[in-house]
Amino acid sequence: MKDDPDVPDETTQTPSLETEWMLAVRDQRDRAAFARLFDHFAPRLKGFAMRAGAGAAEAEDIVQDVMIKVWQRAHQFDPETAQVSGWIYRIARNQQIDRYRKDKRPEPEALMPEQDAVPDAGQVLALEQEAAGLREALARLKPAQREMVERAYLGELSHTEIQAETGLPLGTIKSRIRLALDKLRHELKDMRPS
Amino acid sequence: MTQITHHIPDEILLAYAAGTLPHSHAVVVAAHVSMCDTCRAALSAHQAMGGAVLEESASETVSDALRARVFDKLDDTPPPEPAAPRRAGIYPGPVAALLGPDWQAPWKSLGFGVKQAILSEGGEGSLRLLYIPGGRAMPEHGHHGLEMTLVLQGSFSDDEGRFGPGDVEIGHDALEHMPVADPGPDCICLAATDAPLRFKSFVPRLLQPFFRI
Ligand SMILES: [Zn+2]
Repeated sequence: MKDDPDVPDETTQTPSLETEWMLAVRDQRDRAAFARLFDHFAPRLKGFAMRAGAGAAEAEDIVQDVMIKVWQRAHQFDPETAQVSGWIYRIARNQQIDRYRKDKRPEPEALMPEQDAVPDAGQVLALEQEAAGLREALARLKPAQREMVERAYLGELSHTEIQAETGLPLGTIKSRIRLALDKLRHELKDMRPS
Repeated sequence: MTQITHHIPDEILLAYAAGTLPHSHAVVVAAHVSMCDTCRAALSAHQAMGGAVLEESASETVSDALRARVFDKLDDTPPPEPAAPRRAGIYPGPVAALLGPDWQAPWKSLGFGVKQAILSEGGEGSLRLLYIPGGRAMPEHGHHGLEMTLVLQGSFSDDEGRFGPGDVEIGHDALEHMPVADPGPDCICLAATDAPLRFKSFVPRLLQPFFRI
């Protein structure tokens, strides 16, 4: 079972399936929901790891580490500040750093989520729309540009290469990122530790 | 807190998100993000973009054995999670985490009231705290590749502008800057460099405020 249900488009007024699965894992420790997440993300994570140079067996070890972290760290998932794929991307990159580098990646101070607050469904949806917008923006890029974006986010380019890379359409994706940013900034304002 | 006006550029946030920054520079990014909602949001956006790349990337079929292994391990006791870094005084969490349990920096005098505390040094670059009394020049040092300086207390100025708490100055190879701590509270900065910092003409630079032409 390597295919997955289509992610709903941005006109949908309910959270995406991925978000629902992730919340079921977080709140109910729902193994069936975790199985759906696994079937959706494990093949992509394996492809990601192999593109970054891992052999098939090593790539599966990486997928294993990442998916177990998804299960163990589920309580840290907050759909108001991160979309599932972005959250898993972050875990995957940390795993990569743990595996190949001496020092762990230093993390910023955590924000304090509002206690007992009911998730703001509007914010969750807004974030998902932005994530869908980012995926569309990526899909619309010319192949060479898309390749550069993928390499940058896969960790194949240093910051100087990113800066020097004229083919990298940072400007194009920046406008989308700015939109997501404004919404996030608004949300983060209320979450400063006091 | 005063308004932060000098932020982390996008290519460096992206490199942090992708995990390609040297550790010393990643500490500066994590420290600034701890102080700056603008960059926290921008970093989240880059992580969302990373998620989009992951969603759209080519799949590789995974083995049934892998699936079984993962499900077998779900009941294992998870390893203890490292405590989230907490701010201590002027030190943002990611910096406080590198200091001892008493949050005392290993200050060493460089003379003229200037001090430095090396937090890490080695292959990937070096990370240090600098303590510059108000009105003094920063020690001059060789520039190698990328240098990032985050102000934690006080402020300094150079031809790029004024840098107060939370502001980051990015120096590249070519940048020739002459930062001087502003009069007022002593300036404490966190500085990351690609290579071990070599002070070139430390004493002459220190005297510059007195001999300014
Ligand atoms: Zn900032």
